[in-house]
Formats: sequence, C-alpha cells, structure tokens
Amino acid sequence: MSLLTLDHMKTDIGQYAVLHDVSIEVPEGGVFVLLGRNGAGKTTTLRSIMGLWKPSPGTVRFDGTDLTGLHTADIARRGIAYVPENMGIFGNLTVEENLILATDKGRFDQTRLKRITTLFPALERFWTKQAWSLSGGQKQMLSVARAIVEPRRLILIDEPTKGLAPAIVAAMAEAFTEISREATLLLVEQNFHFARSIGRDMAVIDDGRVVHSSSMADFAADKPLQDRLLGLS
Amino acid sequence: MDRISDIMGRFGGVYLLPLILAALAFVLIGAPSSWATLTVAGLAMGMMVFLMASGLSLIFGLMDVLNFGHSAFVSFGAFVAASVLAALSGWLGADNVLLNVAALSLAIIAAMSFGLAAGWFFETVIIRPVYHDHLRQILITMGALIVSEQIILAVWGGTPITVLRPQFLEGAWIIGDVSIEIYRIFAFGLGLAAFIGLYLVLNRTRLGLLVRAGVENREMVEALGFRIDRLFIGVFMVGSALAAVGGAMWAGYETLITPALGGEMMIVVFIVVIIGGLGSIEGTLLGALLVGLTANYVGFLAPKLALASNMILMTAILLWRPNGLRPAVK
Amino acid sequence: MQSKSTYGTIAVKTAVLVIVALLLFAPFLFQDVRALEVAARICIFIVLVASYDLLIGYTGIVSFAHTMFFGFGAYGAAIALRQMGPGWDAVLLGGLAGVLVSLVVATAVGLLSLRVKAIFFAMITLATASVALVLASQLSQFTGGEDGITYRAPDLFKTATKLMVDEDGKVVRLFGVKLNGKLAAYYFVFFTSLALFLLMLRVVAAPLGSVLKAIRENEARAEAIGYRVVAYRTFVFCLSAAVASLAGTVYAIWLKYTGPDTTLSFAIMIDILLMVVIGGMGTMWGAVVGAVLMVMAQYYLRDLMGAAAEATANIPLLPELLNPDRWLFWLGIIFILLVYFFPRGITGTIMQKGAR
Repeated sequence: MSLLTLDHMKTDIGQYAVLHDVSIEVPEGGVFVLLGRNGAGKTTTLRSIMGLWKPSPGTVRFDGTDLTGLHTADIARRGIAYVPENMGIFGNLTVEENLILATDKGRFDQTRLKRITTLFPALERFWTKQAWSLSGGQKQMLSVARAIVEPRRLILIDEPTKGLAPAIVAAMAEAFTEISREATLLLVEQNFHFARSIGRDMAVIDDGRVVHSSSMADFAADKPLQDRLLGLS
Repeated sequence: MDRISDIMGRFGGVYLLPLILAALAFVLIGAPSSWATLTVAGLAMGMMVFLMASGLSLIFGLMDVLNFGHSAFVSFGAFVAASVLAALSGWLGADNVLLNVAALSLAIIAAMSFGLAAGWFFETVIIRPVYHDHLRQILITMGALIVSEQIILAVWGGTPITVLRPQFLEGAWIIGDVSIEIYRIFAFGLGLAAFIGLYLVLNRTRLGLLVRAGVENREMVEALGFRIDRLFIGVFMVGSALAAVGGAMWAGYETLITPALGGEMMIVVFIVVIIGGLGSIEGTLLGALLVGLTANYVGFLAPKLALASNMILMTAILLWRPNGLRPAVK
Repeated sequence: MQSKSTYGTIAVKTAVLVIVALLLFAPFLFQDVRALEVAARICIFIVLVASYDLLIGYTGIVSFAHTMFFGFGAYGAAIALRQMGPGWDAVLLGGLAGVLVSLVVATAVGLLSLRVKAIFFAMITLATASVALVLASQLSQFTGGEDGITYRAPDLFKTATKLMVDEDGKVVRLFGVKLNGKLAAYYFVFFTSLALFLLMLRVVAAPLGSVLKAIRENEARAEAIGYRVVAYRTFVFCLSAAVASLAGTVYAIWLKYTGPDTTLSFAIMIDILLMVVIGGMGTMWGAVVGAVLMVMAQYYLRDLMGAAAEATANIPLLPELLNPDRWLFWLGIIFILLVYFFPRGITGTIMQKGAR
C-alpha cells in the first residue's frame, strides 16, 4: 500500500480553480519528485495535502487515514513535515529557537541533533543568531533541518534549490539522500537535473492535472518526453 | 538618512531614540529641574500608554485582528478601579500603609479581572464571527466602542469622577531643585514590571516562543503541529487585561476621569502602535516612551502644538520607517 | 457589470425615487419648520454618505477623515461669509477654498498610503481628523473655537426675501407655502445635493466603477492586469474628499452656523458609518436609504425612548439605557447586528433577494 494517496483532488483558491484532477500514489521510502512548469499546481498540491488549502472534492489518504478536511496542525501531528517554498523561517527567533519549536517535547534528542549539525554545519555556527541574518542557502538548510528534528514519515519539500548556489545544491542533494533513508520525501522541483539525481519515482503536473507518472529512471531515459512535458530544449 | 541609520545602528539602533529625544529636550528646555520633572512625567505616561497599547500590538501581530474597540478596555479599567477605590476610601485615607496597599491592589486586580472577562466576551462574541474580514472587524469593533461608552455613561453617569489615591502615593520627592511625584514613579515601576514580565514570558517560555513565531508566520506554526488559534483567546484576554490596568493607572494619574477617556486614549494608543511597529512589545514600549516624552516636552515648550505633536512624530517616523520602528515581522 | 434588474433592485430603485420625490416636494408636503430641517439634513447626508460609500463600499478604503473634509468645506464658507459679508462671492471663494484644502490634504494622506499598510491608513486618517478637530477648537480667531461662527447667508436665502410678489406687494403662496427666501434656500440645498449625487452615480457607472470593484476584490490581480492601484485609490480619495467638502459648504449656507459639533465631530463620523452600513455598502442607493432612516431615527427615536424610559422607571439600569441620551447605545447594537447578519445593509440584502 502506498504511504500517500491523492485521489481526484480538486482545489479552488477563491474563485480560481487551480487543481482540476490530481491523483498520485506515493510509495513508502525514497524520493518522489513532482515536476512541472511554473503555475502548474505543484505548490498547490503540497498545500492541499497539508490542509492549508482544502481540496473539494477529492481525498488525501496518509498511511490509511483520510486527512481531507483535517486541521493543518492535526495533519502535521500525524507525522508529516512541511518545508515550504519561502522556507517559513521565523526571522526573529534564533536558529536554536526555530529548531526547538519543531521538537515534540521542547528538548532535543542529542543523536538527531548531532545528525543535523553534521549535515548542516553552518547551523551550529549560527546557533544563537537570529534567523533573519542567515543567507538564503542557510535558511533553506534550517528549514530542512527543522523537518528532521523529530522522526517523520513524510516530508513535503517545495523547490528547495531555487536561487541557491551550485555548491549548496550539491550539499542539499547529499542531505536529501541521507534523509530519505529514514523518511519518504515528496519533492517539488523545477530543476530537473537535481530531481533526476535523487528521485526514485516521479510525476508531472500540468495545468492542475497529472499528465505523467513513472519511475525516475524511465523518465530520465526518455528525452523527447522530457522536452514535451517540461519544455526543456 | 541612511548615514544616520548606520551610525545609530552601531549604538543600539532605534532604542537610542528616547535618549536622543531627552537630550534634545534638555538643550531646548534649559532648566535641568524642569527637564527632570517633565522627563519623569513623560516616562510615567509612556509606561501607562505601553500597558494600554501592548495588547493591541500583540493581538494584531498574532491574530491579524483589528480591534478598534481596544480603548474600551482602558475606559472600563479606569472606571472599575475608580469605583473600587471609592468604595474603599476608608482604607485609602488611613495612615496604615498595609491598608493603602490592599485597597490599591484590589483596585488593580478588579480592573485586571474585568479586562480578562471582558476580553473573553469580546473575542468570543464580537471578534470571532468576523475573523477574516478586516473591514467588518473595523466596523464591528467601532460599534462595540460606541456601545461601551454608552454603557459607561449609563452606569456611571456623565459627570467627571474623582479618583482617590492611596496616602502613601501622594505627594512628591524633592531632590535638590527637582520635584518628582511619587505616583509617577509608581506608574513607571508598575509598567516596567509588566514589560519585564511580558518579556520573560515571550522569550523564556515555550508559549512565548509560539506567540513570537505566530506573529511572524501563523501558517508555519500550524504546519509544525500547533493549534495556534487556541492561543488566541488567551492572548486577547491578557491584552485586554493589560489595557484595563493601563486605564486604572491612568485614572490615578489624572485623578479625574470622564467616559470620553477611551476615545481620547484611542488615538494615542494607535499612534504608539503605528510608531512602534506591530507585534513586538519592544516596539510598543519604544513608541510609548517616545509619545510620552514628546507630549510632555512639547506641552512645556509649545503648548499650542501639543496635540499635533503626536501626529508630527508619527508622520516623521513613518517617512523613515514605514513599518514602524521595530515591527515583529521583518 | 450591470446590476441585474431583479425584483429587489427594482424595489430599491422605486423606494429611492419615492424618497427623492418626497424631498423635492417636502416644503409643500410637510408644513412645519422642523420637517424642513430634517429634509435638508437628509439631502446633505445623502451626499456625504454616498461620497463615503465611494471609498468604503466601492474601493474598500476605510477612512475616518471624512468629516474633516466636510468641515473644511463648511468652515471655508463660514469664514468667507463672516469676513466678506453675505454675498455670492464669499460663497464661491469659501467653497473653492474648502475644496482646495481638502484636495491638498487628501493628496498628502493618499500619498502616505503608498508606504504604509491599509490598517495604518485607517488609523492615520483617525489621527488626522482628531488633529483637525483640535485645531478648530484652538484657532478660535478664525474658527470661533468651541462656539463656532454665525453669519448671514446671501440675501436670496433670507426668510424675508420675497421671490414672487402679488399686486399688494405681499409674498405669493403656492399651495399654502410662502415663496420666500427660506424656500429658495431649501431648493438650493436640494438641487446641489441632487447634482452631486448624480455626479457620483455617473462616476461609479463609468468604467471607473468596475475598476474600483476589481481593486477592492483582489488588489494583487488588479495590479497584475495593469491598473495602478495606488493612483486609483488616491484619485477616489481626493474625489470623495472634494464632494464632502462641497456638501459642507452647502450645509454651512443652510445652517448659517458652523461649529465643531455640526461638522467635525466624531459623532457625525459615526453617523456616516452607521448610515453606510445600515443602508448598504457598495450601492449608491444604500446611501439614500441609510441617510433617511438614520436622520429620522435621530429625530423621532429619541421621543420614543423618552416615553419608554418613563414606562420602565422602576427596573434597575434599564431606564438609564432607555434614556433618550443613550440612543446611540441601541443604535450601536443595531449596527453590530447589522454588520453580522446583513453585511450588505438593507438595500444590499433586498437587492440580492430578487437575484435568488
């Protein structure tokens, strides 16, 4: 059984119909990538899963439970972490405070903390500094780190490499591969090369619909398909 | 403009402003003793206004709620405290400090309790139905302000009420040439204690952490698994209680209160919140001190300008920092 | 976007036409002096409320400075008439001065809105209006301070002026009403109010109206389509300020007295808010209905409350709340209930009924 099932999801934002019919099955383990052009509805899909926008009709099933209509906080508590497009960092809070908010009990598990500081050493350097003073790449790292402070089954990540320097993108790829050993990642990306390097399964969304889904390997081998669906040339 | 900002930044940033203002006033006023009295008065007034305004700032920062009726809590706080003090006039006039303190404490506690209860009622009945609609919030809360003023008029009547003060707070300390009213020191102290209390809660507790994070990005806090809307009612109640205590202190300061008190303070409170920036108590304190000091200095130097001085201060600051001096959200 | 000709809309438009007819023939229908005062006040407030609705209902801007502009126009005319004597040149000069000052202040405040959030804008207008109020009280040499200024209106409007005389030199009566200066004054108020109201109808009917609605509904989208939102907002703010100012000038001429309580006070601002909410935001007809209902309530509700207070004299607290002076309490409650249940006001709700 898949970890996450989206079943004919339709989401309207105000008067605008953004998702028309999205059905996806995300298996447990590994990295599942959602590709697509700008404005295709990828972010909206993640937000709909997270309950920030309510899909109607359509259902979201996570590990057998129906998440549709639940409050965002309840969805999060079921074991889903969210790394949004704008990173959602609390600028006035320190790096430590940002991370401690994500803990279940207000205390860090030292082993997990060590893992975070190994993956993202910069965070340790800025531990007591306010988060607004971090660079773009560091903020992204903080946002991802926040998602793994506690073990989670599913982590939704929205365009993590946007605007980042290549070196940081590479570090990010390593981090994701490491994280995916423990959690399933649902990754939205426009950067196909990045996606290809870590993705195991994928789907393409266009104009609010899923127009293709397969394993990443199959998709990566089919150049004409890539050009057609992603407009790469 | 930017050069000035840079230089200031090195020495503490916008927190310098009250000091700069005080220094400027010292030069303009000339007489140190007058300056000292005015400064103390300004700081005391600032602290009381801080109490009144801090709730509004946090509530709007966290809940995105525009409560134009906030100053109703100030009014009610003032009148409830005045009534309690009137009822306990015997204790107030007595030479026994303990009785004095008891009466004062009861008055403040009464105001605070009323603020908590009224805040609960307000949030549940008036605000919650119009959570996402700013326009209707403004209208409804204005309506609530009108109704509150009418209730005060109906219950307490329209004639000004004298507020009794405890014996031990009357009078002034004379240090050399300078006369400092004891009540003002008390008001300043109470306000400062409230600020410190708020600061500790916001910065040293998990609850405070949630509030500070929520003020910046409510959605993300929810995505981390917190039902932040359950916090709202608590924040609203505390904010209203603070305003009520501010009103109670103001009543003791002015010693004569009218039902128009709320309306009068509303403008000042709004200006403080705008100047200070929304969502942070540091900003509110800053704004309040600046407004308090300005009002007193200008009242001495150019009385005709006194009421316009707040406007001028606000315009000047907005031209420099359109979001206020120290808003929570960057 | 044309409004549908639903039963509701037709009903509202008919009601408005009836009201306009009543106002037109008021001197002949209602023979007492008080009624004429009420009618004139209704005319002026229709203009005031309509111009405010342009801001809040059509463009979504909340401002508390409307009475300030009203005051600028009123004081402009008052000061001119006082200093220059009761002539038409004073009226013109005063009116013009009022509009000019209003435009300058409106532009300044409008430009400030460029830099600050919408909620700050509302608070800033509140602060500005209160400063104006204080200035009016303090600059007593010009403004007469708390007591205001009294002055004479142009001779045409003097009660003694005879518009038409018969062979004996006595004033002609039409249906029992004297054709004198008072009548002329009333029709001056009526027709200028009508003209201003029609002007605003024209403004919202034009493409401008739809642009304003688009901006109100989704500012980001409007900006994306290419409308310079700030420019439109400032324009509307200035326009509504100018109209309010002209209304003030006319009112000043009618009353022959201008003071803080007749023009600048927050009580009037609250009245306008109540009228716009009760009548219905976003429809000019709402301004008419709201103004009529509120002004009537102000005059006649108090009498009702006075009677009710006497009847309940033995119950605690209730008599105080029923005291005619506390009529704002009840109005405030009605206001709150209306904002909840009928956010579109009376006309808005009725107009929607037909559409279902």
